[in-house]
Amino acid sequence: MKILVFIKQVPDTEDVKLDPRTGNLQREGVKSILNPLDANAIECAMQLKARYGATVVAISMGPPQADAVLKKALALGCDESCLLSDRAFGGADTLATSYTLAKAAEKIGDYDLLLFGRHATDGDTAQTGPATAAWLGIPQITLATSLDVRDGWVVCTREIEDRIETVRAKLPTAVTVCDTINEPEYPTPKNIMKALKKPRYVWNAADLGADTRLTGIPGSPSSTKTVFEPPKGNTDTRYFEGSPAEIAVQFVDMLEREHAL
Amino acid sequence: MLMRFTEEQLMIRDMVREFTEKEVAPRDKWMDENGFDRALYDRLCTTGLTGVHFPEEYGGAGCDAVTSTIVIHELSKGSASLALALDISWVASDMILHHGTQTQKDKYLPLAAEGKIFAFGLTEASAGSDAARIQTTAVKDADGWWVLNGGKSWITNSGVADYYILMAITDRSKGAKGISAFIVPKETEGLIIGKHEEKMGMRGSSTCELSFDAMRLPPDALLSSEGMGFKIAMQGLDGGRISVAAISCGLAEHAFELAKAYANERITFGKPIAKHQAIQFKFADMATDLTAMQMMTYNAAEVKASGKRHTLEAAEAKLFCSTRCTQICLECLQIHGGNGYSKEFDVERFVRDSKLLEIGEGTSEILRMVIGGTVLGK
Repeated sequence: MKILVFIKQVPDTEDVKLDPRTGNLQREGVKSILNPLDANAIECAMQLKARYGATVVAISMGPPQADAVLKKALALGCDESCLLSDRAFGGADTLATSYTLAKAAEKIGDYDLLLFGRHATDGDTAQTGPATAAWLGIPQITLATSLDVRDGWVVCTREIEDRIETVRAKLPTAVTVCDTINEPEYPTPKNIMKALKKPRYVWNAADLGADTRLTGIPGSPSSTKTVFEPPKGNTDTRYFEGSPAEIAVQFVDMLEREHAL
Repeated sequence: MLMRFTEEQLMIRDMVREFTEKEVAPRDKWMDENGFDRALYDRLCTTGLTGVHFPEEYGGAGCDAVTSTIVIHELSKGSASLALALDISWVASDMILHHGTQTQKDKYLPLAAEGKIFAFGLTEASAGSDAARIQTTAVKDADGWWVLNGGKSWITNSGVADYYILMAITDRSKGAKGISAFIVPKETEGLIIGKHEEKMGMRGSSTCELSFDAMRLPPDALLSSEGMGFKIAMQGLDGGRISVAAISCGLAEHAFELAKAYANERITFGKPIAKHQAIQFKFADMATDLTAMQMMTYNAAEVKASGKRHTLEAAEAKLFCSTRCTQICLECLQIHGGNGYSKEFDVERFVRDSKLLEIGEGTSEILRMVIGGTVLGK
């Protein structure tokens, strides 16, 4: 089985601040990390590898420094890494990104399973995985909370509002996974020592045979105009005292006064 | 600090940092109150860190002494006690790595790499720093087995260890050269775990007395050959001293970070105390010490990794780092004012933990003897 895991380098959200003047993310001095949900996707691949045997390829699109997350993926047990890096990929929205990722999947070929974290903690769109599946014309399962492969099918559970559904799709399929699917492990020293000796590829647009009208800014119908902090909500807090019944009466009275009822 | 770590060393450092922040640091206070945390140690074993420096053929990751120093240094930023437990386990199991027969290595090193806990017993009630005066005896019986009688004190990891390396006299007439080392599994009949020490600090590492009541060991329990015990112990302590220096760095850095956060928050006379020169000067001295401590520690580790004798570098690093660590922890407590004296704040625990580093694995006084003797003998 060949598994492709798509990962992204994101700013550490615990560290992120907005520039009060420009409204942009202050990236200077902010630590870059592996998108936390992508660690779940890697762990998922590692569990399948341990159970059934698999070659796992980690893929990331980004500037040269995004190689750091690929190194981590190799240290976590992935077998190969591909960095998709080209100025022509810069400024991509989810459509252009997913096109570029799909071209990488095509170049690698013979894939059985594509794994994604359900969303990246920076853009928070959850679109790149599904869109990659669409470019490739393969089935997709989103928000998987469990995953197994049986007789050429991938079987997942998905938690939706009031129920858990079990769905299956014929391989090859793309799956985006939730953080509840597993508990990501730390890279072991043994795997860290092997990581940098594994095959590591860097591909540009020409290597992928990508149409640069569909990558980067030209391939992106959407763009970010401004980033701003949501206005501070009303922090006027009122406390009611008394028995539960008295509190309920006071609460309903307040809602009436505020014309909320 | 400009340390030329390899890319793999940096990756291991990041991994230990993440593990320490998430899983070790939150348990340190618990350990102070309740003692050794078996579940946390088991978790440490699953990360593969316990085997970081053992050769691959024994199930380790094959890393060098700089990397194992990084592991101890980073772990001690979350818990000096846990780092100490791992340090001592390595001191003991490394004795087999460096002096064991092939059979002993094949048997014990994979166990050490996977995280079985080892302890090392030299010190006795009446012989600590003066290690050559130990009283425990090992006598060969008619079957060629060794029979040990006596006892040990202040044995770190005792009570939780799976294996002990114990020093006993096999020929009293030869003094230090009459001491031999033995590998003893915990279930050995005649091995009695005695009183658990109620220590001032480092309470997350177990320390007990041991006694040996006609404890019989098979011939192959002898490590290396007869009379090698003192040399094995002294070489082992060289490595252990680098780890104690690393624990001193990690613990002092932890105290420094907490004091820094506190100094930036605590307001007196209308500004954070970090803006007062009296406090700034404390941080200036501590930061300077920390840089020197790290340089000495990693310098000693590099000498060890290069395969050279590192007795002097290890002794100097341990003496300087442990002494400065205690002073830094005290200064950080002082910066916390009254809060620092309260158990609600971690720095109180660090002060208690730090003092051990000036005593264990060679007191500062013994280290000065080692260093003085070495530099004057040159």
